[in-house]
Amino acid sequence: MTAPLLDIRNLHVALPEGSQRPYAVEDASMRLGENEILCVVGESGSGKSLTARAVMGLLPAPHVRVEKGAIEFAGEDLTQVSQARLRDIRGSDISMIFQEPMTALNPVMTIGRQIDEVFRFHVRMSGRERRERALQLLADVHLPDPAQIMGAYPHELSGGQRQRAMIAMALALDPKILIADEPTTALDVTTQAQILKLVKEMQAAHNTGVLFITHDFGVVADIADQVVVMQGGRVVEAGPAGQILNHPEHDYTKALIASVPSLSPRPARPRAEEAVLRIEDLNKVYRGGRSFFGLGKETRTVTAAVDVNLDLRRGETLGIVGESGSGKSTVARCIVRLTDADSGRILLDGEDLRPLGRSALRAYRSKIQMVFQDPFASLNPRRRVGSIIAQGMRLQGTSAETAREKARSLLEIVGLDERAFNRFPHEFSGGQRQRIGIARALALDPEVLVADEPVSALDVSIQAQILLLLDEIRERMNLSMVFITHDLRVAAQVCDQLAVMRHGRVVEAGPTAAIFADPQDPYTRDLLGAVPGKDWHPPQAAEPA
Amino acid sequence: MLAFWNRFRRNRSAVLGLGILTVILIIAATANLFYPEDPFSLAGRAMSPPGENGFLLGSDSLGRDVAAGIAHGAKTSLLIGLVATLVAVFIGAIMGAFAGYYGGWIDDILMRTTEMFQTIPSFVFAILLVAIMKPSIESIIVAIAVVSWPGVARLVRGEFLALRNREFVQACQTVGMSDLRIMLGEILPNCLSPIIVIGSLMVATAILIESGLAFLGLGDPNIMSWGFQIGAGRTLLRSAWWVCAFPGIAILLTVLAINLVGEGLNDALNPRLRERQ
Repeated sequence: MTAPLLDIRNLHVALPEGSQRPYAVEDASMRLGENEILCVVGESGSGKSLTARAVMGLLPAPHVRVEKGAIEFAGEDLTQVSQARLRDIRGSDISMIFQEPMTALNPVMTIGRQIDEVFRFHVRMSGRERRERALQLLADVHLPDPAQIMGAYPHELSGGQRQRAMIAMALALDPKILIADEPTTALDVTTQAQILKLVKEMQAAHNTGVLFITHDFGVVADIADQVVVMQGGRVVEAGPAGQILNHPEHDYTKALIASVPSLSPRPARPRAEEAVLRIEDLNKVYRGGRSFFGLGKETRTVTAAVDVNLDLRRGETLGIVGESGSGKSTVARCIVRLTDADSGRILLDGEDLRPLGRSALRAYRSKIQMVFQDPFASLNPRRRVGSIIAQGMRLQGTSAETAREKARSLLEIVGLDERAFNRFPHEFSGGQRQRIGIARALALDPEVLVADEPVSALDVSIQAQILLLLDEIRERMNLSMVFITHDLRVAAQVCDQLAVMRHGRVVEAGPTAAIFADPQDPYTRDLLGAVPGKDWHPPQAAEPA
Repeated sequence: MLAFWNRFRRNRSAVLGLGILTVILIIAATANLFYPEDPFSLAGRAMSPPGENGFLLGSDSLGRDVAAGIAHGAKTSLLIGLVATLVAVFIGAIMGAFAGYYGGWIDDILMRTTEMFQTIPSFVFAILLVAIMKPSIESIIVAIAVVSWPGVARLVRGEFLALRNREFVQACQTVGMSDLRIMLGEILPNCLSPIIVIGSLMVATAILIESGLAFLGLGDPNIMSWGFQIGAGRTLLRSAWWVCAFPGIAILLTVLAINLVGEGLNDALNPRLRERQ
């Protein structure tokens, strides 16, 4: 390895007094060489983002600051230089791309002007030259019709296009280092694959050193040269990508890699004859944009579900996969009747639920229950956990005493301490809250559990636990489950059957193993091809069990 | 509760406001003890300056005791301020809750109605209402409530709009909870903080409106009020300043104290602002 471009030595980032721990980053050292991609991997709270921000001098001062250590860039210690010098370095020598390009771009300025600003602040160039360079940059990141993109506002572009524009802006001055903080986390999997390819391409073309922050080992497998694993603010393991991914040394790294769901589907189970839930020709169109007293013209209609047919047998898990906007959540919401479908049939044990009114529906409510995505929004912050779980039973007429008893036993089933009963949701972590959410859904002894992205807000190790719990519960209570996810790895691990959705249509459906082995629809193939790290098989999974 | 008090205490001026408010409450509560007679009764020589002829704060042109008026007026002001605010918050919360929760045409109708009330300047509207209904303590309360609920309705609607799509509300829907129960039992407790804050500030506004009405002679003729005292003394401002000045100071202090307390409540109840200190 040549002399490092960026050398972080014994970095300590102090948190304000009274925080959970004194240092967000403690004694972290890492080196980034020229023309190299260094991935910093860790779960939430591992200090990976703050490390990146410390390099950029973007820590939320004065509460969070670098206390000890050095960040050496080309012979200069960035923790010591003046603000003015730091501003000079930022943008021209080190630049950054963020997770959510919509908030990182200024919404009231065109893309062209924002790129132009970068040039104006850092180099002397004529307006014409600047425009030409900007056009060239946009073309380099493979944006269609750069001239038109120049005049567009951020909201007029798609998420992937915005991230491309961000990358163009970050590379405008040919920086030596590019810091990417989870740049693909907010994107769909196919877009993510394109952006990762682009980052790699740009890095090779410009000889840039890339510091890539991510939580996703699949992404690491796709692009990393070097890997640093962080946990609780400390670097626990560092080394070349191949070594860390295939022969991890540290227990934490091993555990993390072991909890990455494998892409090879689990063995198929015999399918029950009896259908619990059938969806027939479900259609849903969202209408909006009407103004004053509904007199105005309808301006926006979004087709969310077109002739959707699904078939859920007893005891199985049916996965609905697709990218954002594919209509998978709409289907889930129609099934639990949070949204009213326009037409079609929702047959539960042969009974059509769709035409039922609110009062008629109440008797069936308990049979289909839902687990929500965001564990922080799905529990009422003002209610105690026990009452959250018991609420549904009380409404169905169970006595307070029985409901309490059952809530306690459910807490035990989902792996929580009985003491959780009298506490408020904010006292629990994301994973624990999701367990509470599951307990609530189970309280009414449902036949069908609809889980809408139940693990996508969780760290990978917690994710594995929740998936295990869901599987266990399905087995134990003889549940049938509809599992909505965008993550094919997760789908491979929990789903017996899969339905792939795109633009509101089911493009392919069948047994998970069959779809993974031989996808029929071109879109399914794209999706499978875009899964990050698809060629990497985590060591545990690769060894025969 | 203790944690709440600790957060509240960090705002020094709010504690000061609470202190002033407590003193005013004590004055109002003990008015009948120290001034058992009707504050309208003639108590001695007219136009006595403060401290003379046994008048702590002087007497007015008819020989009424200014201090007695202030003590009894405190009762009136606080009573009207509180009751009118409660009524306004009640109406506003219901309108806002229904508009925010249901949206669509219900929202349209309720919000257009709210806007109609908001287009009329509130004080002029209050004068009009009292003039139509004949001045009495009830009509004043009704008038103040009618002009102040739209603000609450807008606030509550906004909160409900934001909360009704939260997943915990949907979770309640999937277990078949009734809408009314979701609104009252699940969403409303989550927007109590802003309602308490706006309510406390509305008490101050209500006291100002009441004083203004009484000043214009639209107060309840049988009840002593600060606004009435100022109104009665305004022609004597140059010869007997104390008749106007002391009730004026009472209004100033009360409104200031309530505003400070309201701000303190806001700081203590609003977690996003907590880091500001």
